[in-house]
Amino acid sequence: MNRYRTNEPFETGGLDWLTIFQYLFMVLFGWIAIYSAVYNPDNSSIFDLSQNYGRQMMFIAIGLVLGAAILIVDAKFYGAFAYGFYALAIFLCIAVIFIGAETKGAKSWFELGGFKFQPVELAKYATALTLAKYLSSYDVSFKDFRVKVICFGIILLPMALVLLQNDTGSALVFTAFFLVLYREGLPTWLLAGAFYLAFLFVVTLLVDEPLNVIYVLGGLAAVLLVVFRKNKQILLAILAALVFSIVVIMSVDFFFNEVLQEHQRARINVLFGKGGDDYNVRQSKIAIGSGGFFGQGFLNGTQTRYDYVPEQATDFIYCTIGEEYGFLGSAGVVFMFVLLMIRIVIIAERQKNRFSRIYAYSVACILFVHFTVNIGMTIGLMPIIGIPLPFFSYGGSSLLGFTILLFTLLKLDANRVNEMQSLHD
Amino acid sequence: MGNKGRQYFYYGLFALVGLAFLVQLFSIQVLDDRYKSLSKDNFLKKVIQFPPRGLIYDRYGNLMVYNDATYDLMVVPRQVKNLDTLEFCRLLKITLEDFHAKMEKCMENPYRSSVFEKQISARTYAGFQEHLFEFQGFFMEIRTDRRYKTSSAGHVLGSIGEVNTKIIENSNHYYRQGEYIGISGIERSYEELLRGTKGVKNVIVDVRNRTVGPYFEGAYDTQSVAGQSIYVTLDAALQAYGESLMEGKIGSVVAIEPSTGEILALISTPDYDPNLLIGRERGKNFSTLMMDPLKPMFNRPLSAPYPPGSIFKAISSLIGQQEGVLTPDTRYHCGMGYRVGSHTVKCSHRHPSPLDLRGALMHSCNPYFCYVFRSIVDQRKFSTFEESYNNWHKHLESFGIGVKLGIDLYGESKGILKPADYFNRLYGKGSWKGSNIISMAIGQGELGVTPLQMANVMAIIANRGYYITPHVLKYVDVMGKTGPTFEKHYTTVDGRYFPIVVEGMADVVKSGTARVAQIDSIEVCGKTGTSQNPHGKDHSIFFAFAPKDNPKIAIAVVVENAGYGSQWAAPIASLMIERYLFPEREQRRKYLEDRMLNTNFIDTLKQNEPVPH
Repeated sequence: MNRYRTNEPFETGGLDWLTIFQYLFMVLFGWIAIYSAVYNPDNSSIFDLSQNYGRQMMFIAIGLVLGAAILIVDAKFYGAFAYGFYALAIFLCIAVIFIGAETKGAKSWFELGGFKFQPVELAKYATALTLAKYLSSYDVSFKDFRVKVICFGIILLPMALVLLQNDTGSALVFTAFFLVLYREGLPTWLLAGAFYLAFLFVVTLLVDEPLNVIYVLGGLAAVLLVVFRKNKQILLAILAALVFSIVVIMSVDFFFNEVLQEHQRARINVLFGKGGDDYNVRQSKIAIGSGGFFGQGFLNGTQTRYDYVPEQATDFIYCTIGEEYGFLGSAGVVFMFVLLMIRIVIIAERQKNRFSRIYAYSVACILFVHFTVNIGMTIGLMPIIGIPLPFFSYGGSSLLGFTILLFTLLKLDANRVNEMQSLHD
Repeated sequence: MGNKGRQYFYYGLFALVGLAFLVQLFSIQVLDDRYKSLSKDNFLKKVIQFPPRGLIYDRYGNLMVYNDATYDLMVVPRQVKNLDTLEFCRLLKITLEDFHAKMEKCMENPYRSSVFEKQISARTYAGFQEHLFEFQGFFMEIRTDRRYKTSSAGHVLGSIGEVNTKIIENSNHYYRQGEYIGISGIERSYEELLRGTKGVKNVIVDVRNRTVGPYFEGAYDTQSVAGQSIYVTLDAALQAYGESLMEGKIGSVVAIEPSTGEILALISTPDYDPNLLIGRERGKNFSTLMMDPLKPMFNRPLSAPYPPGSIFKAISSLIGQQEGVLTPDTRYHCGMGYRVGSHTVKCSHRHPSPLDLRGALMHSCNPYFCYVFRSIVDQRKFSTFEESYNNWHKHLESFGIGVKLGIDLYGESKGILKPADYFNRLYGKGSWKGSNIISMAIGQGELGVTPLQMANVMAIIANRGYYITPHVLKYVDVMGKTGPTFEKHYTTVDGRYFPIVVEGMADVVKSGTARVAQIDSIEVCGKTGTSQNPHGKDHSIFFAFAPKDNPKIAIAVVVENAGYGSQWAAPIASLMIERYLFPEREQRRKYLEDRMLNTNFIDTLKQNEPVPH
């Protein structure tokens, strides 16, 4: 080990090997799952490049090379080029709206020959870096209202562009950054308010008569008003919250019927059991549910083998895992993600500089949104929103995007040791 | 870093979502068993292997019913994509409205295959099959349908039809929606022999309903077993000949081989072509036939009771002898009528008087048999008249009158034979006797005998005292030709009383009322009947068997509202007997045959009264 310490630009001992092993485990597990999902007896070699599993192997190899390269590059590079990446990402996100290829109603892919690339992957990365860079700048304090506005702007600009590409799922991922801001001092009431908003939305859609929600909330407010009748501030806050709630409830209907698109409405209706074509969710749940405790075994998943599950190599890759490896396998994947995310937060908290910490939180939260939405959708807890399961889903853009995201974090984390050493020097 | 504590919020959030997922996973993977069977429902398709239905042959091995392939167009609505509806409708020869109506019905089960169009003809199929690949979600299923070699014997052969919910329930779900079952005739009675055993092929299908391969290498598959071919007792040629003679007449013919009880011909006219009740037009044709005022679907020989008329005199002769109240030498005075109070049973025949039994049978003397009837039912040895009546009733039942004979076909009626109670209610207990029911002496009044029962009575007399349950199944083609056995029933009349009646009936044909029934070189025994009915002209009835010794055929012919028995029923019976006994013989009574073939009462009836009964 000492050999490297003097010759290499990074401290090997600072590299978080646990995370690297986890990464390797997940991409390999994903690769095998993809093999099962699109298994073709005529091209049964897992290395066959004409098949999705062969190509995924190639992406994994490229990812490893890319990861190594990221670890070699100087840690300062990422901070220095953050704004540049951001500008490039914004440019590409705009360009793709005009010259992108349309797939499934979204214009979010560049197609160059056989090569496909989704700029939103760069946008996620660049936004994470830029947010970290900006907030870690000298003389910038998140307590300033102006700074808050700029941060929101940094997040909302690419989010809006992705929405314009009609890629709602990916746009949703950008909400991860608001979660990051909480760690940096976003007031709790704002976060609580956001969760409350989501809660109201769901409840209002669930009940048949939205007025009933208002009655209940009104009653609750009345009780609280009596309890806190002596504190004027709380009274005002309660009243404000009530008015806010009523406005939200009244506008849910509008939002649902006028803002959401037909297919999005349908998916939400399916989720809440309000009818509609639930084919995808049904098949997905059948696949996972039929796995039982131990699973059907490698290549024995009938739901995926015989194509009953839609998009089984990409967005619904979790079905293959659930069907072939059962509760053991699918719960294992949930564990792995939760552990990885917690690990990243631990990494984040051990950073000495703000840039690394904010970046690390961004990685954790991006993974969190993907994890929640993707797995939630396959087991029927979320509406169908087409975003990939990190490290597992088939696709070069997504795999390489997450690889870059994670290895940059590892580089920054490894660099922390250097920084500490330089302090000691 | 004042917010360092907030990291725990993230731990909590991640763990909470992870936990929610674990709970949901546990519930659908471990707790809920439904998904396993739902998955099986998806990929496992039980392809029913329909066995070919057994063929039906006549007694000489002539094929009567066989199978033909038809095609059902199936659809899995969910899989229908980019359908060129107009082209589709053009090729299938249906209208756009039809298409939408059918599709809507199939949409009730969007993930499963349902029948879109039934029994597509071979021609439409040929044109459509070439383009089938363009119509994603549609596929063809081969089924077999029945075909009939001839247009005759519709009532005996019966037909098959689609099962309904009730049949499915009753069969313990052996049958499934869309399958066929014998619904009448032999197809119904011998359904279990004919249908064979269904096989099941378990195959794995993918989401496009394409077969991917066998399930567990076919370990759970079962082979279908073809239905058994059966030989029926009918003589197809005799049946067809009889039908042509009965053409244009309403009535029945039943011919039985006395020694075996085998039905040689069973004719009900007006009849229908069994080929009408197959294929796509089946439903339409069926309702047309059901609506027909002449009731071609009504199986007269089994279901229609007629007053037996003069045949009853033969039965009375037998019972009278058995009871010891009549001997061949018993003579009664005719007097042109038998008077009961103000009522007179007239004798319509000119003959010497008084006659003995044989003479009375030959001349069909009404008063003679009124005396005989009263001597039977008014016997002093019984303490009450009712007992005496019951004794007579019991004798009749042994002749198969007033009871079901148990033929292996559905729809058999037991005819009309009133129990004593009926008259007790009508006249009051103890206040009626032979004179009240004297009409029965000459086969009128409260009596109804189906043509099958009439032919059976002929078989009894031909056999001199017994009959075998009449039946249509000759043998089953399995492990050699094994035939079922049918019961032999003796009447309550001793065999020694029969010859005198046989002689009387031989006289009827030799020199009595049915001379028209004479056939070269054999002795025919017969009895005409002219049965009165309130609905119009008398029914022309004739019963016969031949030859007199060692009889081969017993026959009953009824032609409704046609007049005297000797006019229509006797010639038809005679021609059929001759055809049966001498199938190769050239017809020398051409004039008689032509008259039978060319007479059409139905057209006349239609002109006179629109709805005959």
